[in-house]
Amino acid sequence: MIFVVSLLVVLMLTGAVAASVFRDLISAVIAAALVSLIASILFFLLQAPDVAMAEASIGAALTAAIFIIAIRRTKRYEE
Amino acid sequence: MRRTVAILLLIIVAVGISRSLAKIPFGAAKTKVGSHYINEGVKETGSANIVTSVVVSYRGFDTLGEVTVLFIAAIGLGAVLTNTTKKEARKIEPASLILYTGCRLLFPLILVFGSYIFVHGHLTPGGGFQGGAIIASGFLLIYLGCRERRISRVASNVAESLGGLVFVLIGLLGLVFGGYFLLNFLPKGTANTLFSAGIVPIIYIAIGFKVGSELAGIIDNLIEET
Repeated sequence: MIFVVSLLVVLMLTGAVAASVFRDLISAVIAAALVSLIASILFFLLQAPDVAMAEASIGAALTAAIFIIAIRRTKRYEE
Repeated sequence: MRRTVAILLLIIVAVGISRSLAKIPFGAAKTKVGSHYINEGVKETGSANIVTSVVVSYRGFDTLGEVTVLFIAAIGLGAVLTNTTKKEARKIEPASLILYTGCRLLFPLILVFGSYIFVHGHLTPGGGFQGGAIIASGFLLIYLGCRERRISRVASNVAESLGGLVFVLIGLLGLVFGGYFLLNFLPKGTANTLFSAGIVPIIYIAIGFKVGSELAGIIDNLIEET
């Protein structure tokens, strides 16, 4: 259990660093969605299924979609 | 110079937060209200899911505020993005056959799943906000896969307004019957059955409709503009 959780936390931190480092904004949004997805798995493992559902549907799906729609109207690459 | 100052500030903030958090015992009960919800919540509200009993019954007024915040955000986005001038119908490149068929197959299943989540909010994990968000992601799928289909603006506005109206009306009915807003005036029934917990499932169904149509409307506004 503690091994699985620490692996997930390491993955989450990697995703968070990647989201801030990537120059390609679409990749950054995908990395941020990964952080949300792993956060929702962690919420589920910590026995908070209500929060896990909200995090998975809003954080991982809808927010990423709204960011990608916004990026389509602006520039894809950071300078 | 600026970088040094920034790092120094960050360290100061981190030390401050960790010092103040270290004083709080982890996992220990600090107030009586939490244990009261856990021990008496099922008996007092009739809702088997304690999270729902807190969100809709004990803290129902806060939930009304939360729904209002979402409503104002959706209205503001609509006011900024909606252009009333009729655009000529653009040629939309159709999605591939696999994506089109897959999204047509999945969309009703996602709708049923979202409705299940908010109808059973007082029995199983989940509720109006989660179910509404799942329904909105189903509409997002329709926008990506079957791009020539549009949801009706009027229908989504009606669903949104009805959801808010039902919430406020039930709260006012509590004021009529027992003297305070959002009083649970319906019979509580036996816990763990579908028709239990009085007004809790009705309010959660209203929230589900409201959140689902609001989030779908936000996606509709954004996609329409691009």
